Amino acid sequence: MGINGSGFISSRRRFMQGLAGVAACGTVSGTGAAAPPKPYMPVFFNAAEWNFLLAACDRLIPADANGPGALALNVPRFIDQQMTTPYAQGAQWYMAAPFVQGPDNLGYQLPYPPRDLYRHGIAGMNAHATTRHAKPFAALAPDVQDDLLRAAEGGRLVFGDVPSAAFFDQLLANVMEGAFSDPIHGGNTGLGGWAMLGFPGARADFMDWVDRYGAHYPLGSVSITGETA
Amino acid sequence: MSDDARTLKPVDVVVVGGGWAGSIMAKEMTEAGRTVVMLERGPDRSTAGEGAYPASIDELEGNFRYKLFQDLSKNTVTIRNNANQTALPYRRMAAFLPGEGVGGAGLHWSGVHFRMPPDDLRLRSRVIEKYGAKFIPEGMNLQDYGVTYEELEPFFDKAEKVFGTSGEAYKVNGQVVGQGNVFSPSRSDHFPLPPLKDVYTAHLFRKAAAEVGFHPYSLPAANASQQYTNPYGVQMGPCNFCGYCSGYACYMYSKASPNVNILPVLRRHPLFELRANCHVLKVERDSTGTRATGVTYTDAEGKVVTQPAEMVILTAFQFHNVRLMLLSGIGKPYDPVKNEGVVGRNFVYQNVTTSVVWLDPKVETNQYIGAGGGGVAFDDFNSENFDHGPLGFVGGSPVWVNQAGVKAIAGAHSGGPPGTPRWGSAWKAGMIDTYRHSLRIDAHGANMAYRDVYLDLDPTWKDAYGQPLLRMTFDWKDNDIRMNRYVVDRIGDVAKAMGARNVHLTRREFGKPFDTRQYQTTHLGGGAVMGTDPQTSALNRYMQSWDVHNVFVIGANAFPQGTGYNPTGMVAALAYWAAHHIRTTYLAHPGPLAG
Repeated sequence: MGINGSGFISSRRRFMQGLAGVAACGTVSGTGAAAPPKPYMPVFFNAAEWNFLLAACDRLIPADANGPGALALNVPRFIDQQMTTPYAQGAQWYMAAPFVQGPDNLGYQLPYPPRDLYRHGIAGMNAHATTRHAKPFAALAPDVQDDLLRAAEGGRLVFGDVPSAAFFDQLLANVMEGAFSDPIHGGNTGLGGWAMLGFPGARADFMDWVDRYGAHYPLGSVSITGETA
Repeated sequence: MSDDARTLKPVDVVVVGGGWAGSIMAKEMTEAGRTVVMLERGPDRSTAGEGAYPASIDELEGNFRYKLFQDLSKNTVTIRNNANQTALPYRRMAAFLPGEGVGGAGLHWSGVHFRMPPDDLRLRSRVIEKYGAKFIPEGMNLQDYGVTYEELEPFFDKAEKVFGTSGEAYKVNGQVVGQGNVFSPSRSDHFPLPPLKDVYTAHLFRKAAAEVGFHPYSLPAANASQQYTNPYGVQMGPCNFCGYCSGYACYMYSKASPNVNILPVLRRHPLFELRANCHVLKVERDSTGTRATGVTYTDAEGKVVTQPAEMVILTAFQFHNVRLMLLSGIGKPYDPVKNEGVVGRNFVYQNVTTSVVWLDPKVETNQYIGAGGGGVAFDDFNSENFDHGPLGFVGGSPVWVNQAGVKAIAGAHSGGPPGTPRWGSAWKAGMIDTYRHSLRIDAHGANMAYRDVYLDLDPTWKDAYGQPLLRMTFDWKDNDIRMNRYVVDRIGDVAKAMGARNVHLTRREFGKPFDTRQYQTTHLGGGAVMGTDPQTSALNRYMQSWDVHNVFVIGANAFPQGTGYNPTGMVAALAYWAAHHIRTTYLAHPGPLAG
């Protein structure tokens, strides 16, 4: 660090020193009586919607040899928690009428904020699954689920006035956010998404590493609250 | 002016917008002894607040919830590709990301800090000199700025010193002094700071570009390579390549911003007052219509207030400046059918495509390391640095590796090579490989102005204050597509020299319209351009309205056509240039500065 005596640097240093302590405490408490975590109870999604979300997330980011899947990363929890933010209510989108549909390249023109896209989209996916396969989406075999997700992605399904691609794009965007955002938002549990990518997270200081060309960065990921992986 | 409007005590100068241009103009006017009120429609912001580590290092909030960006729910634009379509609202952030709040886009920008190439400033004259007038395609409104590089040089220099810009000069006072851009013009001084270190990908690109025979140089970056104190006395810390520039307030105080480099001094000045959360509705004029009397705005409590002033300086983002002129009746609105009028004319964008190069899987490209303005470029195919004669297009592109720090959500969204699914195990494998072992090369091209590409007021949609949205009519043209395709092929040459395992060259496609859903760049320009002819420019060469002499309009709206370079350095230089002429001439003798 090239400068000393500045308030923000010294507070940063205290924070980084704190990380070691957090890691050590984690080790100690890991040896104590560990109660199994309670399953997450969704706030926004009802039971049928939640079952769909768990199943769809598991297909969009499956656990495999490359790393954890969306379920281990608590991506459904992330999405449920996002649904109570202003973002999910369309507070950041221009939502004034009239809503006129046009060519795809002129962008999103539906009157639905993210919450409504989920409500319409999940109902539509389950209705389609029930009509075609006599079961809701979550009860179908993985390859059938994949076919349905691909049909939604390609815009080949219509859920009332919601094109399936609009719903799918919303879902996929939030799944990616949940797997790879800071755990402070409810997903990326254990920094598993970042570890899989080799992304150091909030470390945010590469002064000494910028010109070590092509070498593997040796330090693990760190989160905003100081969790390490 | 509505009857119930509250009218405040008059001031000398009202500045509309708290970004780079507004902060520079306010600083200059207070130095000249004038009382200044700065009106910013967004919230007050400071690096100590929004930039505080570690809370600020949050990609979801910064790049995906747009914490520092324009609130589209209140005000946006409508967009169409041509005049036969119905323009539809830009409802969600995607293609471009305008700022809001004190600091404006200057708080969340990357920091690439260029001077405009001399040939770009007189592009019409240069093209005619080299290739003849017939070389200019039908419908292309090619124009000169009306100001030369030599005239602007002291102001480019001043802006670099205020910003603490890092870079390497090629020529100073006519002498070759370093390994800078061989195509760049002579400078009166070196950059205030040496260039940033090359990240690995930029290092590889520099080597390969030189092998192919191009002329690589360090991008000029308003990210401090060392500790620095600027002429206003504010301090910057050295950039640590954290990778959180674009979309973030810099917690290291390394990236130049109005909030770090100017406002700490300005806020303490007794002649200066900042009012945040104040949305300007209109510039008011006297009964003759040729003199502004102040502005009317909605304040933080929603009250409509009139602020009388001797001078009004519009320094909002490019298209907000144009919209305010249209809403206020300043300058004649452009009519593309009659080809008359100037406000809304020559709206331009920037023609950027990003290609991806995959290296050996044993090589870690560490793309999360980065500085927003850092990297390596070559200008062999920018501006008039190459012979366009046999190629048959106007304009060019710098080419660069500008690794600003690719974070995890963005990496996930980018996915794997083309053809890889967007989800599932195949996506996962491709995405991880791409994130760890690839690099990105941009063709950062110019976009020319055309008669049927313009801005006007939308007939249908309104903002939260009941005023019409601005309407963009924009599409890519064959000239610009040909230019992009030619330059992207040169990227292919460099990728080969890098020993690429796989290359995906991204070229603009003929017949594929402008797509508002994909992020491209926030470098919008034109719409209220500067020039020497009031028939084809809204502003004279001092950024002064031809029609209302006490209104000055500072921003990329003044660019008569697009450029391959990032606009901020030019906007800052134009602000200092206009301020110089206001201070030396206009204040003593208010009136038109050009006739």
